[in-house]
Amino acid sequence: MVLLQEEVRRLEAETLALLANTDSPEEIRNLKVKVLGKKGTLTALLRRMGSLPPAERPLMGQIVNEARNKLEQAWNERERMLEEQLLKERLEGERIDVTLPGLRFPKGHLHPLSQVIEEIEDIFLGMGFEIAEGPEIETDYYNFEALNLPKEHPAREMQDSFYISEEILLRTQTSPVQIRTMERQRPRLPVKIIAPGKVYRRDDDATHSPMFHQVEGLFVDRGIRMSDLLGVLLNFSRQMFGAEREIRLRPSFFPFTEPSAEVDVSCMLCGGTGCRVCKGTGWLEILGSGMVHPKVLAMGGYDPREVTGFAFGMGAERVAMLKYGIEDMRLMFDNDLRFLRQF
Amino acid sequence: MKVSLEWLRELVEVRQDAAALAATLTNGGIEVGSVDDLNAGLTQVVIGVIQEQGKHPNAEKLWVCRVGTGEKSFSVVTGARNLREGDKVPLALPGAQLPNGLTIQASKLKGVLSEGMLCSAEELLLETTLGERRSAGGILILPQAAPVGEKLAAYLGLDRYVLDLELYPNRPDCLAMVNVAREVSSLTGEKTHLPKWADTTQLPQLPLSGDIRVMIDEPDLCRRYAGLLVDEVKIAPSPDWMRRRLSAAGVRPINNIVDITNYVMLELGQPLHAFDRETIEGAVHVRRARAGEKLVTLDKADRSLDPDMLLIADERKALGLAGVMGGLESEVTEKTRKLLVESAHFEAVSIRRTGRRLGLRSEAANRFEKGVNPYGCLAALGRVSELLLRLGAGRPLGLVDEVGRLPAPRQIVFTARRTAEVLGFDVSARDLRLVLDRLGFSFEPEGEEFRVQIPSYRPDLEIEEDLIEEAARLLGYSRIPATQPRGGQTQGRRTEEQEFRRRLRHVLAGAGMDEVTTYSFVRAEADAAWGSAKDAVALLNPLREEQGVMRTTLIPGLLEVAQRNVSRHNLDVSVFEIGNVYLAEQPDRPLRRLPRESLRVAGLAAGKSKRHWLTAPYAHDFFYLKGILEEMAREFRLTFAFRPARDEPLLHPGRSADIYLGETKVGVLGEIHPAAAKEWVPDRGVVFELEVDPLFRQAGIWLKARSVPRYPGVQRDLAVVVPRGVPAAEVRERILELGGELLQQAEIFDVYTGQPIPEDHRSLAFSLHYLSPERTLIDEEVNALNARIIEGIQQDFGAEWRKE
Ligand SMILES: [Zn+2]
Repeated sequence: MVLLQEEVRRLEAETLALLANTDSPEEIRNLKVKVLGKKGTLTALLRRMGSLPPAERPLMGQIVNEARNKLEQAWNERERMLEEQLLKERLEGERIDVTLPGLRFPKGHLHPLSQVIEEIEDIFLGMGFEIAEGPEIETDYYNFEALNLPKEHPAREMQDSFYISEEILLRTQTSPVQIRTMERQRPRLPVKIIAPGKVYRRDDDATHSPMFHQVEGLFVDRGIRMSDLLGVLLNFSRQMFGAEREIRLRPSFFPFTEPSAEVDVSCMLCGGTGCRVCKGTGWLEILGSGMVHPKVLAMGGYDPREVTGFAFGMGAERVAMLKYGIEDMRLMFDNDLRFLRQF
Repeated sequence: MKVSLEWLRELVEVRQDAAALAATLTNGGIEVGSVDDLNAGLTQVVIGVIQEQGKHPNAEKLWVCRVGTGEKSFSVVTGARNLREGDKVPLALPGAQLPNGLTIQASKLKGVLSEGMLCSAEELLLETTLGERRSAGGILILPQAAPVGEKLAAYLGLDRYVLDLELYPNRPDCLAMVNVAREVSSLTGEKTHLPKWADTTQLPQLPLSGDIRVMIDEPDLCRRYAGLLVDEVKIAPSPDWMRRRLSAAGVRPINNIVDITNYVMLELGQPLHAFDRETIEGAVHVRRARAGEKLVTLDKADRSLDPDMLLIADERKALGLAGVMGGLESEVTEKTRKLLVESAHFEAVSIRRTGRRLGLRSEAANRFEKGVNPYGCLAALGRVSELLLRLGAGRPLGLVDEVGRLPAPRQIVFTARRTAEVLGFDVSARDLRLVLDRLGFSFEPEGEEFRVQIPSYRPDLEIEEDLIEEAARLLGYSRIPATQPRGGQTQGRRTEEQEFRRRLRHVLAGAGMDEVTTYSFVRAEADAAWGSAKDAVALLNPLREEQGVMRTTLIPGLLEVAQRNVSRHNLDVSVFEIGNVYLAEQPDRPLRRLPRESLRVAGLAAGKSKRHWLTAPYAHDFFYLKGILEEMAREFRLTFAFRPARDEPLLHPGRSADIYLGETKVGVLGEIHPAAAKEWVPDRGVVFELEVDPLFRQAGIWLKARSVPRYPGVQRDLAVVVPRGVPAAEVRERILELGGELLQQAEIFDVYTGQPIPEDHRSLAFSLHYLSPERTLIDEEVNALNARIIEGIQQDFGAEWRKE
């Protein structure tokens, strides 16, 4: 029995020494078969246990099992170590240059005017306005007459128009949509719309384009006041140009509003202290507005003794130029891709 | 309207400086475009002393002076004869820009260097009385005490500001100094000191004269015709103060008579015209011109007239264009002894037409077009006669006065309640009183209301809202608070169509295309080539030829964008535009009804994608744009069919397709024809254009979700060889048909030509996906279907199974 015990100990020590020198999972597996397999060396020792007296067998069994457990543990340990090492080597080999650029999924760019108009729309949609539309080629009636600009009115000279015929022209403002909307909607209240779109005037220089975009606004209901105009436009200005913006009204003239007002917003570049863009005044003119002229309400089919309304119109180019710091309006229609791809 | 501050101060108390006054006016609704300092023209003008004076060696009438400025001295050539050595004079140094616009440079005059210019009072818009008596008609000679070397403006201590008013068309009254003074008084609360002739209700004490008869033949066009008869006229230059004020207002002084008429026009806003009485034969008529009638106007132009033009005529000839410009023959000259000074009221419409037709603009016409106080005629003649006497320019004899129908004076009821309702803040009756007092309007309080007399010089005030605006102006727009409208909540939402358009824009940009915005008007030939010439709508007055017609297609605009970018070396282009085209859809020109505006989406691509280290670039070619259109179709759940294009002469015949939605053609896609590309760079550009409306109508906005299949599908690849001319889409459709219900998808993943495929054939490889919603498919069943497809394709297209 002592002899057998010695043999088990020797086999254990030999196997552990061999295991320490293995450096692949395959070798470990081979060694395992050689020792623990059906024809393995430890298995052979176990078989020889039959030759021992029955009283000694349990103790011998215990010794062999201990050796077997010990070896199995060592094997597992060695296997884990080797796996770790291999993984480490693999990760090292798979290293990439993470500073190289990623795959491109090229996205295009919306024109700055589209973006600004969409933003203006969203702000007014949020305030419960709907979006109305009208034709760009208009009749003299809708573009002028119904807006309190009868033929031969001197104020017609404020806008030099492109004519198609004596009675048909390219609209010079989005204001005809006011009339078309009122005509379509009367007598329902409120009339609460904005109307974005292209307009045309015979001007062409750094600050004027023969085609440009306006966003008209109209809100007609019982009891609409000029202070509501200020409230709505203040809300708009703060959403569009920043929460710290203030606005002010200045007297102005439009044939279709009375009283009329020019609306200035505090300069978003200098915060109102005065800079080159606001010409040192701290204020930027952004739109024209006023209370809808009673004649215009009547033309639209509403009784000016019962309802009042306000209207405003702003140039989308002007808003875009202020928002993005664009200095020359002609860039908007030049469509240079280097310009457009910034947006 | 140019308002001289010096003149204004005579009519109203002004305590502010020019800049502050300009701000007050602008904030009050009378916009001041600029404040000009006439002294600005004097910055390079210094006081010099004549050290030597000698004859010019080469010119009889010129003198050469050595002018000292203390440290330096200059050689200056002058034509003036009123100078003596030791005189103190204004010397304009090189670089000076004089008030009259002249820029001074050092230059040689007949071979002698002149390093500056000696100036007359007139050239500096100064009064000659500032200097020595010898200044008249020559260089301004300053008092001996003038300090040599000092700037002239500093020495004179002049305050010479001119406010340039940019008037809105509703305020023609401010084309008169007295009304500007009233406005200043209203806005600042300062007192006016208007002379009695500013009050048009106080008529001048002049007898009526029987010397000349006036007949208004067109009472609709001429509401009043008054005239002042004058004799013992002595033509002379007008005094300095008058010349200075005229110059500051931008009116050139001529002689005392013309200057008086201009001065009174600027002062009171009433246009006047002086005729030489002795050129008038018989009665004066206010009548329409006869067709073909001729008149030589004051500017010596030979004018051909028509019956739309109103004339002042005597019994033999035309004397002048009413309210626009006088005739040369009846002009006041050096020899004039007697005058008829016309002060009339003409209708704006006729004046505007006449002016426009003849291309004539004048201060008088400008005022009549915008609106003149119809009650101002006689007061102006009163002022003229006063000035004639004061200047010793003539002896007023009496008036002629023909009156047509004058508009009735207006009254407006003005209430604090309505004012508060419109403006949105509390307005009291006291506030209204303050406003009306400031305006200088007379009114009667009637309970809560004010019955306001509107003066005839404010025709813009027609309804109560006009007075509410006056109240807001004078109380200050800053008093208007910010409030929220009181009505109920409303829901703002884009219509489905508006939302579709918005998404369309985003889908195309998301697919890599840049959005552009081009002009709606294009060159007629370009539009005709790509669009529909018969539907084109031409502009009557385009700014330039290349913007002559409203576009009937978006493509020429995109081509121009591409050209411009390619010329700037932005070679890789992929752009789109969503915008209207304008289709007459009627034979009549001029149009009888509005054209149809139809929204289109168009795109253009050229060049290729950016180079990248991981992937090869792809060309911006037919299949690039087609892929984007297919992506767009998927986004909106549309199915496009692409069929070889017919009738697209500017597109490559083998590389262009008509795009169908069902059986309706909705657009076109194709490579620009190589022959056309010569004209329409860029080469190999690809374009598409689609109507938006049918897309919107067919688009499945609402998604119906399908559940996930319960049984696994079977994937099979299949390649068929077909003659090259057979369109892939046809083969695919047939495959789907042959595969029946179980065949869910058939996608082309390879196209191959070359060995071992027979010539004129190609191999199309499809990835097929079989699926049953009820059971797991077995191999035998799928194999049978595959075999059926191959057999069917072979039969239909003469194709054969491509063995691996
Ligand atoms: Zn600023």
